[in-house]
Amino acid sequence: MTEFLQQLIIGLRLGSVYALVALGYTMVYGIIRLINFAHGDFIMVGGYTLYFTIPILLHQIGLPAWVGVLAAIVICALVGVAVELVAYRPVRKKGTSMSALITAIAMSLLLENLAQAIPAMGPNPRVISEEIFSTAPISIGGVSTNLASIMTILIAAVVMAALQLFVQKTKLGRAMRAVSENKEASTLVGINVNRTIVTTFAIGSGLAAVAALMYCAQYHTVTTTMGSMLGLKAFVAAVLGGIGLIPGAMLGGIVVGIIEALVTAYISSSLANAVVFLVLIVVLLVKPAGILGKNVGEKV
Amino acid sequence: MNTLQKTKLRGTGVNLVLIVLLFAAVLLLSQTLSDNVYRRVLVPIIWQMCIFILLGTSLNLTLGYLGQLTLGHMGFAGIGAYTAALTSLALERAGLFEASEAAPGQLILVILGCCLLGAIFAALLGLLVGIPALRLRGDYLAIVTLGFGLIVENVIANLPFAGGEGLSRGTASSSLYANGLGLSTALQAKYVWLVLLITVLCIAIMCMLINSKYGRAIKAIRDDEIAAAASGVNTTYYKILTFVVSAFFAGLAGGLYATCFSSLTTASFTFTSSSIWNSTFIVVIVVLGGMGSMTGSVLAAVAMYLLNYEIKNGGWVNALPGFIQSLFQFPMLIYALVLLVIIIFRPRGILGTYEFSLDRLLFGKDRPGRKARKGGAGK
Repeated sequence: MTEFLQQLIIGLRLGSVYALVALGYTMVYGIIRLINFAHGDFIMVGGYTLYFTIPILLHQIGLPAWVGVLAAIVICALVGVAVELVAYRPVRKKGTSMSALITAIAMSLLLENLAQAIPAMGPNPRVISEEIFSTAPISIGGVSTNLASIMTILIAAVVMAALQLFVQKTKLGRAMRAVSENKEASTLVGINVNRTIVTTFAIGSGLAAVAALMYCAQYHTVTTTMGSMLGLKAFVAAVLGGIGLIPGAMLGGIVVGIIEALVTAYISSSLANAVVFLVLIVVLLVKPAGILGKNVGEKV
Repeated sequence: MNTLQKTKLRGTGVNLVLIVLLFAAVLLLSQTLSDNVYRRVLVPIIWQMCIFILLGTSLNLTLGYLGQLTLGHMGFAGIGAYTAALTSLALERAGLFEASEAAPGQLILVILGCCLLGAIFAALLGLLVGIPALRLRGDYLAIVTLGFGLIVENVIANLPFAGGEGLSRGTASSSLYANGLGLSTALQAKYVWLVLLITVLCIAIMCMLINSKYGRAIKAIRDDEIAAAASGVNTTYYKILTFVVSAFFAGLAGGLYATCFSSLTTASFTFTSSSIWNSTFIVVIVVLGGMGSMTGSVLAAVAMYLLNYEIKNGGWVNALPGFIQSLFQFPMLIYALVLLVIIIFRPRGILGTYEFSLDRLLFGKDRPGRKARKGGAGK
């Protein structure tokens, strides 16, 4: 039982990271119906920003390491907005949804390989030697965990609650929901659609930066491809919960995280990824709209 | 014999002449080039180029003609490659090649058999994946096929007799199989006609498919699925069929991969990797050449392969400034840029849906039934 609880905590921690990344996917998908393949690479951008800023923060300014996440959020948001303006918007104007998807894939490849080609980021993994949150083991009722895990779960919960409030209660959040519902109609009622889309990209990318902080707190290593698999699994989470739905992304993230932890513990660690994708295929077969989604018939 | 049949016959004749010319050109090169250049440089290039051509054209069936983005194409190739390699290995262990060197006829049969088996296996898996996956639309299909590619890689790497301790153990220099597949450069040179023949045949089959009722049906699905269904096209059937055919040829290409490389690693069959053997590179080929143009895929496969070869081996690279050279260390960066530029400025690829036809070039445009032709052109 303790063993099971232990795995559940690990799953919850993994799931919190997935949920945050899935939120970025889901928000962008909800608003422009595009799977933003580059989203995983925004995590990588956030990770490297942390790698560069944390030593400066700790040793020269004397602030706690996690403050670096603010810089990461800013950089990620800028990269996200730049990607939208440079690549996605021109393609969206004249291309089909498939060419938009190919653009997203190309963007992801570009970011990944660009990071590899830049010597300071380099093809080799970089180690963040400073502790962001303590990873010393803490035992709670026989289950051993650490501060980093607890903070990961807490931060994720807080961020998601804040996001939900933002989307439901603020004017900008309402505009986002309106645009994802119907672009033309929201233009008619005076919503600046393009600005709303850019804001969505900024927020989604910012969430990726928070996910990067959690990743680095746990693993202390950044690589140029750290975002690709993480991003894909987070996308599975988004689909599982119901893509386009913010609560769905949270639920899906947690479920995927727990599945992965349990498979790793009880079946085989090298098959965990395959199982996650199998889950995706099964979900798409049984309930394509996701756990929380509603099936909507296609309009002709 | 009516006019239509005549033009068809003439088209076939023209394409046959073209194919004969292609073979004559290779023969001429083999005679004029020094043995070293021909055997060590040209022959591997031809083999690998043919594999890329097959991969590109087969992906074009789903991506260009059916209009569905699949990102796990190399997964099918991987299945083909591993099936072929394992079959060859089994034959070797069964003692088929006991006589010090396999007889030429026997080796050809082994190559053909292994590749075909790989292709059939890949097609079966295509069917298995296609039935559920093609119920989904565009974006989801892309993700499912991407996931499929990852599952294939993951599973193969975990199979005790294939990955890990098995086929990926050998490095490129140590041969995986003593006999059978994994041809040495001498044997590759000897059987270069075989790979050319297979490629030409496959392209011809694919072009015939495209120009048949089947091709018109899938193009109708691409242009408007609902309208196609309303006109009585069984969309699910044709989508799955395309998926299976595409997987078949990808599997065949994988079999050829196992024929020309003496070791296999699952890293060659992933979504993206540091070499050019990955699914994204095939997408780049199709998008660059033109979604819906066989000629485009063939030309783009040749061009991209040669570009990559030049980046890796060309002498002119050393003359470039240092930072560009360091960029060339990561060729996928350049191909990602190419993909981005093409898709932004020419969303349907360079050639669009244009097809090259020697017949039309020679005998003019306005003949009746001119659409009913096209073979292994563009090589």
